[in-house]
Amino acid sequence: MGEAIVITSGKGGVGKTTTSANLGTALALLGKKVCMVDTDIGLRNLDVVMGLENRIIYDLIDVAEGRCRLNQAMIKDKRFDDLYLIPAAQTKDKNDITPEQVRNIVNSLKPDFDYVIIDCPAGIEQGFRNAIAGADKAIVVTTPDNSAVRDADRVIGLLEKTHIGTPKLIINRIRPHLVKSGDMLSVDEICQVLAVDLLGIVPDDEHVIKAASAGEPTVMNPSSRASIAYRNIARRIIGETVPLQQLNEKTGVFGRFKKFLGMG
Amino acid sequence: MAGKSLITIKGVKDGLVFLLDDKCGFHELIQELKAMLDKHEQQFAGPIVHVDVKLGSRQIGKREESLLRKTFRRQGNLVVRSIRSDVPDHKDADPARELCRMSGIVRSGQTVECRGSLLLIGDVNPGGIVRTTGDIYVLGALRGIAHAGCEGDERAIIAASLMKPMQLRIAGVVSRPPEEWASEDPWMEYAYLEEGTMKVDKLSRLSRFRKDVMQFKGV
Repeated sequence: MGEAIVITSGKGGVGKTTTSANLGTALALLGKKVCMVDTDIGLRNLDVVMGLENRIIYDLIDVAEGRCRLNQAMIKDKRFDDLYLIPAAQTKDKNDITPEQVRNIVNSLKPDFDYVIIDCPAGIEQGFRNAIAGADKAIVVTTPDNSAVRDADRVIGLLEKTHIGTPKLIINRIRPHLVKSGDMLSVDEICQVLAVDLLGIVPDDEHVIKAASAGEPTVMNPSSRASIAYRNIARRIIGETVPLQQLNEKTGVFGRFKKFLGMG
Repeated sequence: MAGKSLITIKGVKDGLVFLLDDKCGFHELIQELKAMLDKHEQQFAGPIVHVDVKLGSRQIGKREESLLRKTFRRQGNLVVRSIRSDVPDHKDADPARELCRMSGIVRSGQTVECRGSLLLIGDVNPGGIVRTTGDIYVLGALRGIAHAGCEGDERAIIAASLMKPMQLRIAGVVSRPPEEWASEDPWMEYAYLEEGTMKVDKLSRLSRFRKDVMQFKGV
């Protein structure tokens, strides 16, 4: 029996879809069987980020309304055999599906997969209630902005009242030099306010933008810092203990030599 | 016993009125009463005299009341007719001063309301609201909005381990830090009203502003 994890944030544009795509792919890289479900009905993106938009025939609403079987809507990823995506509908909206329907779909996916990753839309209305209905656990994504942290706090409060309980936290798009100069909230400050377990931190990385426009998750590129961060988070999800990535800017040749000698 | 006596006795048409001090410790009061009754034993002897006891603003429980009655009974002819406090029970003493305890984090968008005073063990995050008719004590960081004395009690206070609020309100007064006052001090603080203006001071100085919050007397 697999585990359903919803990726949510409250605020838009903090990287829910990017995080969903990369964690799904990273878990597949670790040999897990993963299905990603896009619940952002009317504004679907996950298929674009994964580069699978031209393969869509049926979507989540078709499954919910019985126009197709569940496995007809599942799109197999082009890179991994054990990675699937159920896309959202683009022509409907959030009110065209109910939390019970999403829960039923997720529950029928769980026996066949190790992980079901649910991409949640922004906001705390119907779309949010749909997305969390079938989830066992939740991951809240935030960026180091006051507004994103405020919204994450609101969402954590809402999740704590549901069957899911306290979620885990990912802090996305950290710019180490701005944190150092005090112009950006630090990881410690955010954790102090939100008071939930930190699952990982992801540095701001141009590779993410490049990869998204190429329809390829960043996590496929092992030299990107964000990729390493997402891989670490995936390893923490499956229960490994991985220390938090150091945020310092790239070390010079001397630093790397020291590290090689085990001194750094 | 130095200074003013804790007990004043007045004679009225149909008996005696005992005015008892409401600031001292109860035990002290009983001792003083015993001493006084013993001292004036001769004067009190005679026919039955009705006694009305006035406690001022002191509130007492059943145990204290029976102790008080027992003390009067030492003097055979004194019959306690009534024991009264000035403050009506329902208005000040009962709900408004009752302490409700809570633990957890008040997050953005959440509101905690209670009648009486609130002891919150945890934080109030930005966007979170706590509102009470009495005082607010936060054992944690106050980063949201706190409204004490929301039904108009201007003597209410707001105390927090870490005072970084978005807004503080006491009764009808609203204050917005850091525009109106800023605090970078690492100690616990409390906010109170002084002539309609919000002030913030170290929590250890609370006893100067409000004597009745905690009645601790060193032994």
